[in-house]
Amino acid sequence: MLVTYIEAIRQAMDEELARDKNVLLMGEDVGVLGGAFKATAGLQEKHGADRVVDMPISESLIVGAGVGLAVQGMRPILEIQFIDFISCGFDQVVNSAATLRYRHGGQTACPIVVRGPSGGGVHGGLYHSQNPEAWFCHVPGLKVVAPATAYDAKGLLKSAIRDDDPVIYFEHKFLYRRIKEEIPAEEYLVPIGKAALRKEGRDLTVITYGAPLHAVMKAARDMASEVDIEVIDLRTLLPIDWPAVKASVRKTGKVLIVHEARLTGGIGGEVAARIAQDCFEDLDGPVMRLCARDVHTPFAPAMEEYVLPNQEKICEAIRKLAAY
Amino acid sequence: MTEQKDRELYRWLRLIREFEGRISALDKQGKLMGGVYSGKGQEAVTVGFCHDLRWDDWIFPLHRDLGAFLVKGADPRRLMAQIFGKRDGYAKGKDSYLHGGDLSNGIFGATSCLGATLPVAAGMAYKFKIRKEDRVAIAFFGEGASSRGDAHEAMNFAGVHKLPVIFVCENNFYAYSTPNELQFGVDDVADRAAGYGFKGEVVSGNDLHAVMKTAGKAIDRARRGDGPTLVECKTYRYHGHSEHDRADYRTEEEVITWESRDPISQWENYLEKRKYDIAALKKETTDEVLRIVEDAVAFAEANPAPEGPEAMEDLYAMPIDTEAP
Repeated sequence: MLVTYIEAIRQAMDEELARDKNVLLMGEDVGVLGGAFKATAGLQEKHGADRVVDMPISESLIVGAGVGLAVQGMRPILEIQFIDFISCGFDQVVNSAATLRYRHGGQTACPIVVRGPSGGGVHGGLYHSQNPEAWFCHVPGLKVVAPATAYDAKGLLKSAIRDDDPVIYFEHKFLYRRIKEEIPAEEYLVPIGKAALRKEGRDLTVITYGAPLHAVMKAARDMASEVDIEVIDLRTLLPIDWPAVKASVRKTGKVLIVHEARLTGGIGGEVAARIAQDCFEDLDGPVMRLCARDVHTPFAPAMEEYVLPNQEKICEAIRKLAAY
Repeated sequence: MTEQKDRELYRWLRLIREFEGRISALDKQGKLMGGVYSGKGQEAVTVGFCHDLRWDDWIFPLHRDLGAFLVKGADPRRLMAQIFGKRDGYAKGKDSYLHGGDLSNGIFGATSCLGATLPVAAGMAYKFKIRKEDRVAIAFFGEGASSRGDAHEAMNFAGVHKLPVIFVCENNFYAYSTPNELQFGVDDVADRAAGYGFKGEVVSGNDLHAVMKTAGKAIDRARRGDGPTLVECKTYRYHGHSEHDRADYRTEEEVITWESRDPISQWENYLEKRKYDIAALKKETTDEVLRIVEDAVAFAEANPAPEGPEAMEDLYAMPIDTEAP
């Protein structure tokens, strides 16, 4: 079945709503409108207004209500219209949901999914382009995923809904309708916590996730005559699949980390530090990072291009690393 | 009210006061770590709202509502163990005071961001509603927490869906040191209910009869599907915000005035008027609550403290080893 990334997300929710009566979906404009991006189109009509709920503009309530539902054994999917707005519900994520099991000494699970569109490259400006995944990777008790393909978008969302811990699901809006893939018609899951080896190579490893995967793959193909690149798609950012990362680094000895989120304090720093400590003997060059510049994501096209990673910048970084 | 119920309510008021009194004493003796938030003076609010609840109703106590834990069915031994940071506390030592709830008895543990339980209570009440369960959620919050966006967001949503939730504002006139007049521009927090499309009521939080009457009506209304109520209980905490707070921001006259409205004394006066043998009842109750408190303290003191590595437990459904080589 040929589907877009956003259709894969919609299917995952549709299937899980049909499979488990404890699943429900709450968010701003998810019902009658079918979501600002149509990720929830038709779901209210099919599953009812009790289970696909148009919420007031209250992000803290949306997440907090999800916690109350989770304590009752429900599995709420909580849509944040743009993931930039999760800052308005931050306390409920990091203090309320992430500590729920811990502060109750294991008496309860917290099976909530907080999902929403992240990422730039669409001229969304400061408040519709953010990649705030690192905030949540610093919080124990949460899981964080960021699919880059339609296959993973569906399989990871279904896994997230069935997971007994709070999962923050970053869907990249640049990919919504730009990628189309064949996915199986039958049911499948993608496990949380497992990276994907997207391309085997001998000379260097590029570790990435989310939208930049596609630019990295294109770079790897275009540069095939110069350098044999291995590509790891993390898919899950908390917990990171360290065995997959380290196996690749031990094989190639050179690592470039690419992500669209900002450099300072980003996931790349954590990955680089682990590699430096655990794979020191295997390295043939510095662990490098190519990330967004340390600035907000601006609106004007030339500035946005200047700030975010792109294929040209990726190729340049690969050449620099390969030269070591 | 029946004689049995009169006595039972008296026993709860006295047990809470004795239990919290012992915690304050243990704190002074240096036997406790962490913050102690006494609800002394506010007992009638928690007894009044929790006593007639069903076991499958839920409460969301605020940081000062140890009494709500006891009345709703928490085990005094485990509650005391929690305050000692011991292994058999509801939080297994992960946190103290009221952060670890007793979920098997419908008691939710709050975080320290006051008012953050209100959206959680509203979410739970939403489930009661869509599943047509005639259960209610009681969300306690201070007048200080009424300033938080979470209070607004939760009440607004509860009003939209007419949820079976009761918002109980315990107005003790000070949010730590900040008085009402610097907290909000209305006389009564209950006035806000009008803005959410449901009823707001003000009641004397030190008068157990008044609290029970208002609570009963609000609970009935929620149970039969007629939506939320905001009940503001005017009350007073005798101690500071926590035990280290001397509460110099208020006058001695004010404290004395409120002590003259003590909820337990008021209930004793009522019992006397009902011609009970108050002297015998006082003695019998004192003996009983002391026995419970002594037993809880002995249990907590003997209960093992968690070992360091237990810090890594109860974080995820399946443990994740992020330090694997």
